[in-house]
Amino acid sequence: MERLVQTLVDAVSVGSLYALTALGIGLIFGVMRLINFAHGELITIAAYTLLALFGQPIPVMLFGAIAVAIVLALLTERVAFRPLRNADPTTLLISSFAVSFFLQKLLILVVGSRLKGLDFLPELGRQIEFAGIRLQMLQIVTILVSIVIVTALTWFLQATRLGLHMRAAAEDFRMARVLGVRANNVIAMAFALSGILAAAVSCLIVVQTGVVQPRMGVQLVIIAFVGTVIGGLGSLSGAALGGFLVGAASILLQALLPPDLRAFREAFVFIAVALVLLFRPQGLIPAPGLKERI
Amino acid sequence: MSGAVRGRVRAAEMLPRLWPLVALAAVIVVIALAASFAPAVLQRRTTQALINLIAVVGLYVFVGNSGILSFGNVAFMAVGAYVSALLTMKPAAKSVFLPDLPAIIAHAEWPTLPGALAGGVAAALVALVVGWPLMRLSGVSASIATFAILVVAYVVFGNWTTVTGGQNSLMGLPPYVDLWTAVAWAVAAMVIAFAYQETRSALLLRASREDEAAAQATGVNVVLHRLIAFVISAFLSGIAGVLLGHFLGIVRVENFYLDLTFLIVAMLIIGGRGSLTGAVAGAVVIAVLTELLREIEIGFQVGKTTIAAPAGVGDVILALIMLLIILFRPQGIAGGRELTWPFGRT
Repeated sequence: MERLVQTLVDAVSVGSLYALTALGIGLIFGVMRLINFAHGELITIAAYTLLALFGQPIPVMLFGAIAVAIVLALLTERVAFRPLRNADPTTLLISSFAVSFFLQKLLILVVGSRLKGLDFLPELGRQIEFAGIRLQMLQIVTILVSIVIVTALTWFLQATRLGLHMRAAAEDFRMARVLGVRANNVIAMAFALSGILAAAVSCLIVVQTGVVQPRMGVQLVIIAFVGTVIGGLGSLSGAALGGFLVGAASILLQALLPPDLRAFREAFVFIAVALVLLFRPQGLIPAPGLKERI
Repeated sequence: MSGAVRGRVRAAEMLPRLWPLVALAAVIVVIALAASFAPAVLQRRTTQALINLIAVVGLYVFVGNSGILSFGNVAFMAVGAYVSALLTMKPAAKSVFLPDLPAIIAHAEWPTLPGALAGGVAAALVALVVGWPLMRLSGVSASIATFAILVVAYVVFGNWTTVTGGQNSLMGLPPYVDLWTAVAWAVAAMVIAFAYQETRSALLLRASREDEAAAQATGVNVVLHRLIAFVISAFLSGIAGVLLGHFLGIVRVENFYLDLTFLIVAMLIIGGRGSLTGAVAGAVVIAVLTELLREIEIGFQVGKTTIAAPAGVGDVILALIMLLIILFRPQGIAGGRELTWPFGRT
């Protein structure tokens, strides 16, 4: 019983982490039709900011990581994506691939490719006892943080003017502009939000692993990408659901597979993904208005 | 029209039509001839550049004709490399590194050419199986799905210890790949890519690249033609992987992951993903540039001090060039066009 609950909580917490990552990617895709590879570098560089600020008070570290991720997100938008706003999605994809590798290689050039230990918020590693079941504090915190962020994001999209603009832009960008939605504001906001999401994921993953290295973001983002695709590209709830399922499935497989097959769990997850796509090529929650009108 | 006349008209039309292939193959052979007089180190680097070229041409067959960017072709290179390694390595070497191999593979000691072909065919078969569900996706969804192929291959090869040695390197591959082997395969790859893009299937696929809905409306089976391109592309990538393995004499799963993917994709984008000329141009230009950057990283003497760029600066510059190309010349150096017949109208 205890084992089962622990595994489930673990699956939910890892799933939430991937859901947050997939949301950051989904937000940008919604307004720009851009698959943002560089989202991984936002996560990585936020983690290195934590490393650089180590020893400062915790709020300073958190604020620093969020600020750096937002600035970097806005900067990549301005330099690499704004000039391509009218280009086809594949061109945008290539651009973000180039930005991602540029940032990653630059980081390796500056700080080296070795992983570095970072003992951030070690108190979250403690076990707590809850109704007779021992759980890791971090998992609870991850789930709570994810719930708070998703609630705040939903509130922002549903109840604020800018959120309404963003939803309108996601549905039909040209029509929204005709009706007075400011493209630059909406896109900048989406990038800023994705920066915040990246920083949140970054902090949680650093606490969990205790290390930073230049490839950490890429690994997360590749899996989150697949989550957004099975969720249905262009749909935010789809992104969150897809990310969550992929993350949770990998933990459940880790627990359920026989030991000598455990190393292959990602392969099993992706095979499951291929099967989902075979039956629902548009994803689990297809986005309305994504199919181009002719 | 009588047969003889038709034959003559054909011959006159043939050369201009084949010109991109003939010209590009000639360039490669000339480069190789020049390299064959160079020191051994430069010869080896030229060989490696030619292997990259085959990989870029392989990637181009799918990306150029379908318009879908693939991140998965390096996985097919890995398939080719491992299959050829397992079939051609000496049984004694295999019994050291991979004691638990199934007997039929453990005792195999194929000649190199059948081994290479088996590697390419294995890659093509894998592409056939995984492409069947994935080619139903379009645009960027399909691109992301090809990324999944790369990750799955990396996970499987990195952990399937009884067959691939897992994280350990597979050593002792017959190192038969020299300059002229690479030249022969490079020319063969260009012939296959060019012959394919002249077929009806490739033409239909390019129609779907330009306008998928219109192509479907005129009865083009987009999924089928995508799958054909994907399988041919995987075969060529598999061959490139075979050659890389037998060039280095060693297969490591780490060599077939993100860095190689980045290099091959960057070469294709910089050269121009819309034409064979672009694929070859990208591979050649980046090879030359990498060579120059390597010299700068080693450093040069100014008076008594050595000025050297920090190691790794080459990768940063490559990424930057790729970004600049996509921003300012999205169709790459070749601009989506093939070389044209320079000797008057046809």
